[in-house]
Amino acid sequence: MPDYGFGDYLQFVLSGLSTGSIYALVALGIVIIYSVTGIINLAQGEYTMLGAMFAVTFYKWGLPLPLAFAASVIVVILIGMLIERLTVKPVRSASPVTLIIITVGVSIIIRGVALLIWGATPYSLPEFTPGAPLTLFGAILSRQRLWIMGVTALVLALLYYLLERTLLGKALRACAINQTAASFMGVSPGQMSLLSFALSAALGAVAGIVIAPLTLVSYNMGLMLGLKGFVAAVIGGLVSAPGAVIGGLLLGVIESLSAGLISSGMKDAIAFLALFVVLLWRAEEVTPRLRSLLRRQSEVEG
Amino acid sequence: MNSWNGRWTGILLLCLSALLFAGCAAPAAAPEAAAPADESAGETVKIGFMAAVTGGAAFLGEPEQEAALMVQAQLAEEGITGPDGEPIDVEIIMYDTEGSGDAAIPLAKKLIEDDQVAVIVGATRSPVSLALIPVIQEAKVPFISMASSSAIVEPVEERYWVFKTPQSNIHTAPWQVRYVKEQGIDKVASLYVNNAYGEDGRDAIRQAAEEAGVEIVLEETFESSDTDMTSQLTKVKASDAGALLVTGLPPAASILTKQFRELGLDMPLVHNHGIGMKPFIDLAGVENAEGVVFPIGKMIAVDSLADDDPQKAVLQGFIKDYEAFTGNPASTFAGHAWDGLQIALAAIKTMPAGLSLEEQRAYIRDAVENMEFVGTGGVFHFSPEDHVGLSPDDVVTVRIVDGEWQYFPPEDW
Repeated sequence: MPDYGFGDYLQFVLSGLSTGSIYALVALGIVIIYSVTGIINLAQGEYTMLGAMFAVTFYKWGLPLPLAFAASVIVVILIGMLIERLTVKPVRSASPVTLIIITVGVSIIIRGVALLIWGATPYSLPEFTPGAPLTLFGAILSRQRLWIMGVTALVLALLYYLLERTLLGKALRACAINQTAASFMGVSPGQMSLLSFALSAALGAVAGIVIAPLTLVSYNMGLMLGLKGFVAAVIGGLVSAPGAVIGGLLLGVIESLSAGLISSGMKDAIAFLALFVVLLWRAEEVTPRLRSLLRRQSEVEG
Repeated sequence: MNSWNGRWTGILLLCLSALLFAGCAAPAAAPEAAAPADESAGETVKIGFMAAVTGGAAFLGEPEQEAALMVQAQLAEEGITGPDGEPIDVEIIMYDTEGSGDAAIPLAKKLIEDDQVAVIVGATRSPVSLALIPVIQEAKVPFISMASSSAIVEPVEERYWVFKTPQSNIHTAPWQVRYVKEQGIDKVASLYVNNAYGEDGRDAIRQAAEEAGVEIVLEETFESSDTDMTSQLTKVKASDAGALLVTGLPPAASILTKQFRELGLDMPLVHNHGIGMKPFIDLAGVENAEGVVFPIGKMIAVDSLADDDPQKAVLQGFIKDYEAFTGNPASTFAGHAWDGLQIALAAIKTMPAGLSLEEQRAYIRDAVENMEFVGTGGVFHFSPEDHVGLSPDDVVTVRIVDGEWQYFPPEDW
């Protein structure tokens, strides 16, 4: 093993945190949809691909980058809402497993359509603020990685405000806690389901756009991000927004450290090993929450 | 409580496997079969062609498929004739491997058993080509691979029916090592993509380095789907390597190059022939790709070749035809497919009429094994001992300057 200094360790952690921020955003999207509707949305990774692809497309059309960013997020939100209306709403009463499998179908369709529209060649997006990277105690941090972490923090703050401080957010949370009671209070579960898909699509799109300058954009980029986001969501307990964020950051750092300190070939294996360890370790804690959710859902269905 | 645990763990496992399944079951494009020839004739010689038109390797599979479509169009227009001057009806049947061995194996069986092809050209990416070898060997069908790993044609006794057209890493790696050695560097790091192509590159670099007396102080891998190589590059930075040798393909190789510059590594970056396509530069960014050196076949340096170079005319013809047919710039990968199909056609041209399918397959195999062929990838001298038939002389070094490939012969180093 090479002779590591403090800067190298810091480098692993910083790289891990920036990749982990993306996992956190994807995981948050999964958690929001799951909390409100009981569906594990395995198409969540595709929103990142769509976000990045539309941003590239709009940018190529000559829109300035910030405008392309915003336009892409809006388009992806609309797609997310459309998907909810077309695939989830008509089969609201189906079992969770059926709904999960529907989302797998949705992700395959999105990937296929993306391949038809954009082709197989990867695209790149310029960095938001090009320039020399910053040096921090011997570790090097590119400006785009700062953007990733900054945008993630901003999105989290906005999301916190929305959920905790607005009536809409309260209705959403009420729906997550008890759908039946919420509907008695005048909250429409159907609308909340639509809102949860819109929010998740926005989170996914933002994640896809901020990471695009670092990793390139291709029609199949959503798959691995969705998988990692799912792992992060489970590490975080599947129903907890802060848990999803911690899960995402943790996963990113574990990956980066294991590639640096153990073996780069084992990186993904170690990440998925972490999933199983957490499943076993946190089962006692996670299970009661899942159980009450399942019971609530069967009540709604009943 | 325990039963609940089990149930939820079960559902989560189901989700995980569903996601993985979704990855494998990437959308399959409808196979683009050629227009069915007159079945009653029964004299049609069929060539099977398999490329990764969709999936992660689609940016390689697409130009390969385009080259095949071009050959198909030329066949329809001009046709070919047999040894007795009679026209031979040739049909090319194309399937999409999706870049996956799991998808490619049943397609190969379909080509062999249902479509009754006489020869197969195909399989983008080394791991997919390697996965097909047991099927090919058992069915006794000649197979010309357009993937690079030398394990595809070695050991040759176990690859009786298998040939390949791309240069091996053992032809390119000596150039990588020679270049860094000339710069006065005797310690290098080697990063390679974690698949058959990368491992082949790693082994070839080890061999070339040992012969040249260069020490490899660090070897690390990355996945072809990886988007963050900063951990590996930090390792390189912390080591005492004086240069970085990479064996990989875009997009991973482009991301690596980007992050190499981002971390400010101050050493020569030497890639391998896997980056020999324009998207590598576009994806890495012109300023990041600047100064990258890599060995590759002569197509890129075609304008700098001597007029008496036997490949010059072939390369110019191919580039002109390909660009006219597709509207896209020609790449060495399209060339690998073209070479494979032309070698198959050259064998078919000499094949006497009236052979059974089994005899056709055996005839084509023997013809290829004894063939000398001037292609885009080099001058092939196939023999029973060598099923790729190329040498380091078929490789040149190229440097990226201002987003363009520049011929970079040893006298300029």
